[in-house]
Amino acid sequence: MRNILTLSEKELRSYFASPMAYIVTAAFLVVAGWIFAFVLINSRQATMQDSFQGMAIIMLLVSPVLAMRLLAEEQRTGTIELLLTSPVRDFEVVLGKFLASLALFIVMLGFTLYYVFLLTRLGNPDAGPILAGYLGMVLAGAAFLAIGLLYSSLTSNQVIAAFLTIVTLLVLLWFDALSSSFSPSISAVTGYLSLTRHLSDLPRGIIDTKDIVYFLSLIVACLFMTVRSLETRRWR
Amino acid sequence: MINVQKLTKYYGERAAISDISFDVHTGEILGFLGPNGAGKTTTMRILAGFMPADKGTAKVAGFDVMTQSLEARRNVGYLPEMVPLYPDITVADYLDFMARLRGVSGKRKAARTAEVMEVCHIRDVADKHIGKLSKGYKQRVGLAQALIHDPKVLILDEPTTGLDPKQINETRQTIKRLGGDHTVILSTHILPEVSMTCNRVVIISEGKVAAVDTPENLTRRLTGSERIEMEIRGQKGSVTNCLRAVDGVVGVEINEQNGRQRYLVECKSGVDIRAQLAAAVVRGNFELLQLNTVGMSLEEIFLKLTTKEDVAA
Ligand SMILES: Nc1ncnc2c1ncn2[C@@H]1O[C@H](COP(=O)(O)OP(=O)(O)OP(=O)(O)O)[C@@H](O)[C@H]1O
Ligand SMILES: [Mg+2]
Repeated sequence: MRNILTLSEKELRSYFASPMAYIVTAAFLVVAGWIFAFVLINSRQATMQDSFQGMAIIMLLVSPVLAMRLLAEEQRTGTIELLLTSPVRDFEVVLGKFLASLALFIVMLGFTLYYVFLLTRLGNPDAGPILAGYLGMVLAGAAFLAIGLLYSSLTSNQVIAAFLTIVTLLVLLWFDALSSSFSPSISAVTGYLSLTRHLSDLPRGIIDTKDIVYFLSLIVACLFMTVRSLETRRWR
Repeated sequence: MINVQKLTKYYGERAAISDISFDVHTGEILGFLGPNGAGKTTTMRILAGFMPADKGTAKVAGFDVMTQSLEARRNVGYLPEMVPLYPDITVADYLDFMARLRGVSGKRKAARTAEVMEVCHIRDVADKHIGKLSKGYKQRVGLAQALIHDPKVLILDEPTTGLDPKQINETRQTIKRLGGDHTVILSTHILPEVSMTCNRVVIISEGKVAAVDTPENLTRRLTGSERIEMEIRGQKGSVTNCLRAVDGVVGVEINEQNGRQRYLVECKSGVDIRAQLAAAVVRGNFELLQLNTVGMSLEEIFLKLTTKEDVAA
């Protein structure tokens, strides 16, 4: 546990040592704010539902960028050699990196609470859907980052890692549209895998265990595969 | 303290090292000498727990590097060849991070950090970002992180490459002082480096151990010797003693194959002692089955090594 915290802290330090964390945060907030304003002006309703949908789309682009560096850079510069010869377990390395990116993401998301604050001044928003929506955002963000981390472990090239992550996320997103063109049995699978379906309920305030299980299993599966990928890198 | 047995590692079809065996005793500084591509880095990476061997075993501080990897790694300080460090954090932050990863915390962490900064002469750059340091200072920071948890075993892969002569000298002095308290294995392709710092040398070439000896003996062997291979039937110990007693013999190695005992006799060059050797064997009542001179493989290896200091610096 202590090793995980040590690794996360160092990772966060690295995030803020470069301008990247600031640029990504700023970009996320600008676009999210723009969507929020746009939705608010058009709907004139004190709800976050559509803003959440918009934020999820930006997260598709933001999380690959946050995750791409995590392991790819260690492999490119060779620092992974000192990391893996230190007395830390591979899963501690993976969790340390993952939690650092998740922490940064949650801070980023935290800034959007300001929009909720604005809503409370303008109207009387329903707290339930907003809380459920934020739960959905955190779960989806964590899943995106886990996918990004997996790709980051597979290559020493950050750009390739980010690119493959975005492609994967888009495929997951499009599964929904695709599923109508498949036979029923396949479309049941693609429908279940589809991000869109699982992302639509939570912002409406519907907490369905199926959605939560979907995101949690995506996270666990990706982290597990990342650990395995580190192990085979070591054993190659 | 380090025990390596029949270590073999393949990269694809090619064996980078094959059947490497040697021991390093507690407190000893062992030089790992070999030309480029000999397999030094490969061996050290296995010892440091970065990758597994395909065959053979390696024990560090009593722990098997493959089955008890975590315990083995706790006892090892490792300086990789390229000295990979995080460029975007300061030296102090980096050492703090490495100390905590190696389980050093609290008061001991502060004390250890202060000590390694002193030993490696990096106090004046403590607050600088590592990316802004010169090669020499990076190398020192690399050594400092290897020492931070006061490990029993130090594995240093070419610790002096890329340094200027003054820094090379300093680093060697530092390493020499570390011997005794630590067991050190350091790799190099510079011959004078081992004579200056090491108690014992393992020479490896093309993935195989070519010789294990003290630097003094190796220098003697280098300055001219010839090898004679003899096949003799008789009790091993007495045969060896008998051969050693012959004037002009520098060393005797036994090679046993399919129950046939071959002795590699190394002797001073310039004097042909084949007749004396044969006579000694007969006098000792052993059976001499074969005798011939062999090519000087050791010298061939030496020719590939860097023997002059200025080339390396
Ligand atoms: N990752 C790798 N993939 C394939 N072959 C490799 C790899 N690393 C090393 N080799 C090969 O294994 C052999 C031993 O390499 P190694 O790096 O251990 O040599 P070395 O003694 O450290 O050499 P140097 O003095 O140049 O550092 C070389 O022939 C090298 O080409
Ligand atoms: Mg090497």
